[in-house]
Formats: sequence, C-alpha cells, structure tokens
Amino acid sequence: MKNYAVRRLLQLIPILLAITFLSYGMMRIAGSDVVEQKMENTGETVSQELIDAAREELGLDKPFVVQYFTWLGNLLRGDMGTSYVSNKPVFSTFVSKLPATLLLTVVSILLTVVISIPLGIWAAVKQNKATDYVIRTASFIGNSLPNFFVSLLLMYLFAIRLGWFPVISKGVSLQSVALPSLTLAIAMSAKYLRQVRATVLDELSKDYVLGAKARGVPFSTTMMKSVMKASLVTIITLLTLSIGSLLGGTAIVESIFMWDGVGKMAVDAINMRDYPIIQAYVMWMAIIYVLVNLITDLSYRYLDPRIRLGGIEQ
Amino acid sequence: MNETITVRIQKVKKNTIKGRLIFFLVLVAILLLVTVFADKIVPYDPYAQDLSQARQAPSAAHWMGTDQYGRDMFSRVVVGAQTSIFSTLALVGVISIFGTIVGTLCGYYGGALDSIVMRISDVCLAFPGLVFALAIAALLGGGVSNAVIALAVISWPKYARVARSQTLALKNGPFVSAARLSGSTSMQMILRHILPNILGPILVTAMLDIGTMMMELAGLSFLGLGAQPPTAEWGNMMSGGRSMLQTYPWLVLSPGFAIFLTVVIFNLLGDTVRDYMDPKNSRAR
Repeated sequence: MKNYAVRRLLQLIPILLAITFLSYGMMRIAGSDVVEQKMENTGETVSQELIDAAREELGLDKPFVVQYFTWLGNLLRGDMGTSYVSNKPVFSTFVSKLPATLLLTVVSILLTVVISIPLGIWAAVKQNKATDYVIRTASFIGNSLPNFFVSLLLMYLFAIRLGWFPVISKGVSLQSVALPSLTLAIAMSAKYLRQVRATVLDELSKDYVLGAKARGVPFSTTMMKSVMKASLVTIITLLTLSIGSLLGGTAIVESIFMWDGVGKMAVDAINMRDYPIIQAYVMWMAIIYVLVNLITDLSYRYLDPRIRLGGIEQ
Repeated sequence: MNETITVRIQKVKKNTIKGRLIFFLVLVAILLLVTVFADKIVPYDPYAQDLSQARQAPSAAHWMGTDQYGRDMFSRVVVGAQTSIFSTLALVGVISIFGTIVGTLCGYYGGALDSIVMRISDVCLAFPGLVFALAIAALLGGGVSNAVIALAVISWPKYARVARSQTLALKNGPFVSAARLSGSTSMQMILRHILPNILGPILVTAMLDIGTMMMELAGLSFLGLGAQPPTAEWGNMMSGGRSMLQTYPWLVLSPGFAIFLTVVIFNLLGDTVRDYMDPKNSRAR
C-alpha cells in the first residue's frame, strides 16, 4: 500500500509538468504576448525599441523553455500574471471564484446521491417489473438531454412559469443554488442510477443472498445489512471519481444561471480573449481533477481490506 | 433438455434484438434522408428575414413560430439538423478511425511507441470534462470545424484504449500465432486478423458515443465556440433565443426538443447495437 502510494505520487510529477507545459504553451500559441497586449491597451503607437526593452525586462527574449521555467517558478509563488481585462492578479481572481463552484459541486453530488441511490436500488429490487422500466426510461431520457437544455427547461418551468426561484442568481444562497445544482444532478443521476442498479443486481445474484433466503432471513434484513453495505463502497467510489469531472462540467450551467464561479469566469474570459484567466482555469481544473482522482483511488484502496492487508496487489 | 431451452430462449431474444435493430436503423435512415434533403423540403428559406413576421407564436403557417428576424423556426430547425448531425458523424468517424489505428499499432508493436502514445493520451485525459475542449476552441476561435477539432483532441484516447486492449488480448491468441507461422507479414496480420476482430467493440463504442458528442458539440455552439450565427445550428439557435425565454419560449424549446429527439434516436440505436454485439446474446446469430 505504501509503495503503491509513493509510486502514484511519483507518477503525478510528469503529469503535472505536462499539464503546466500545455497550459503555458497554449497561451503562447494564442499569439498574444503580454507586451503587445499592454501596448494595445494604452492605445498609443509605441516605438519598436520600447517594445523590445519591455520584452527584455519581462524576459520574453529568452528561449521558450527558459521562459516556461521562469513562469513555473512564478506559478509556485502564486503569481500567474494579471488579467487583460480587469488588470487584477489572475491567481487571486481564480481563488475568489472557486468556493462558489465548489459549493455548486457539493450540492450537486448530494442531490445525485439522494436521487440515484434509492431509485437505483428500487429498480434493482423490482427488476423487469413496471417500476424498473419507468426508472430506466427516466434515466435514458436524462442521458439524452444536453445540460444547457435542462438548465433552460428548469429555468422556464420553475423560475419563469412558477416563480419559485430567481431567474438570475443574486449572490450565493440556498434558493439560487437549487436550479443549477438540480441541472447537474439530473445528468449525473441518470448515469449513476444505472450503475447503482447494476451493482445491486450483481450483489443480489450472489450465493449468500439465496442462502439467507433459504434460512428464512427476511429479504429486507439481507438487503439492509449485507447487500447495501457491499454495494455502497463501489457506488461511493464511482461518485467521488465524478467530483473532478463535475468540477470541469459546470461552465455552461454556471454561465446560464449567472452563477459567479470559475466556470462562468472561464466562459466570460473566452469571450473577452482574456488568455491569462483561461490559462489559470484550464491548468487548475486539471490539477484539481488529477489530485481528487488520486485521493479517491488511495482512500478506496485503504478502505478495502482485501487490498489494505495485501491480498491483492495490482 | 435444459440446453435446448436456453438456446431457444436466446434465439427468441436474438430475434427481438434483430427486429429492434432493423427498426432503429430504418428510423436513423429516415432521419438522415430528411437531413440530406433538408433544404429541399422546408417550407421557407431558413435564412430569409422578414421583420414584419418577427416573433410570431407557433401557428399553421409557422409550425414553430418565427424568430426575432422573422425567420421560420421550423425551417431553421430542420436545416439545422445538417450542421448538427453531419458534424457529429464526421467527428465520431474521425476519432474512431484515428483512435483505432493508433491503438492497434500501439497494442501490436508495444515498446517506445506504445509508451509515448499512452502518456499523451494520459495527458489528454488529465483534463476534466469539457475544460480542455473549451480552451482549444477558445484558442482556435469559433467555427464548426474548430469545435470538431477541439472535441476530437479530448475524445480519441477512448478509442485508442479500446483498440489497444483488444489487440493485446488477441495478439497472442492461437489463430494469430498460426497466421504468423504461416508467414503473414505484420501488416497482413493487423489488417486480416486483428482489425476484423476488434471492430465490434469499436463500433459499439462509436454508436454509444454519437449522442454524447452531439450534445457536446451543441454545447460548444451554445457558448459561441461552434457554429456561428446566422448558420442554423441547434446549439447556437438556443443561445440566440435564450434572452427571450420568458416571452418567446418556442425559440429555445423547438431546437431543444430537436436535439433531444435526435440524441434519443441515436442512443436507442447505440443500445440496440450493443445488445446485438453482446456475446451473451450471440448463441443463435
């Protein structure tokens, strides 16, 4: 287990380097050089000497790789440059928007748990009965709806027609988080419901369930005490693994509901060609995603006694 | 006795799956026919503006109403299928072919090529969801082909991995060894013996992917990173109608349900193809 953790941490280094290198390279390919951008902003014509001098001062005349490592050094000190649009430091802008996105993600995950686990178990228990078909059809429909359409449908129904929720979220409140998190939860539940159902069905087909039945143990006891316990580990792992991708999937929903998180920040930055912000978004989302996946993987292995005690070593 | 009953059950199951497969194939064929001839069959020119007819509610003359420029929404939704469906099919075609070639070569030859390509795919998969696609699309600027490129970059690794693992599983199988003993060259081995055997899983992956890719492409267009106005495309039509959701909901609902229906049809076909190819049901093929 310890060896495995160390190996995974070492494997992380090249991945993190690749992520930062790609994020840096993409920004450079965009052809926007800080100096030109700044000069354009002033609106005056500047002499070539002045541009060259400013370039030298910022180290932009050095080779690409040297510049990359300088940039990486600054990054480690939390300096990612300033936004072209607001002129505020990029890193602190990103950090100030992150909590809203985290809140949205956490609420969506909770809603997904509340929706998908009971429905998945119900469908599994009633396999091939009417209930199962209804739940599976609902999951199929949820899988075929793009999230921007779900957002607009919910907005039309609950905010415009019924007026239960604000159309545009004003700040962070329980009321304003409801519709965006429901949108994300619908798509996720549609997906996880099937996995919950499959996991529970798989567990139900095991010999001990039949054995318990033969010995007269009530089905509900078997279900609650054994089947649920065995299934939950798999289900929770699947859910935590999706936190990362959910964090990266909020952009469209955030910008529809005017939810002031990093996703909306990125979409706005794309429209304004504010490359430092886009760069920070891409890089940090990838880093968070990779780290969340690593932590989930390690804790899952720690929680599974078969692996922890060294029975199975992959 | 028991054996024959199982076989018979599988036969019946297979027949219903086959019937379903034919039904959905016909449905998709009709959808594609309508799409190909979309500009011939629509009642109005989807790009003709007529401000005197602007923002009309759905009626007998305009089944889905008109937009803020008086363009007929029904015509725009039908013609919009061309951009949405054809670009999705092109995208899935490109990534499945590219991924299969790369994955098969990696699995077959292994070594340095395999490690390098797999590390590249690791990096592509290190970015969550649409984040990387958003960045690439932002870098390349708007346009359907740029959106297709952006999604292709993040989606090919899936196919490469399926092809690679299938190739690895087959590589040391008896029939491949036999072919090698009888003097087949590597190219012949890949083309005649490995590829035909891994196409099934690739086809299933691709069929199940069409719906998702269509939604993601429309999502990029919705954000202004795909098809640009005035092109009729479902994602950007919904984005255009979004601010009028309160007063003229049909501007958003009609293209929305068009995407939904198309994705449903392709997903149903994908599920059926998967069931058809499933070895559990293949006894009586």
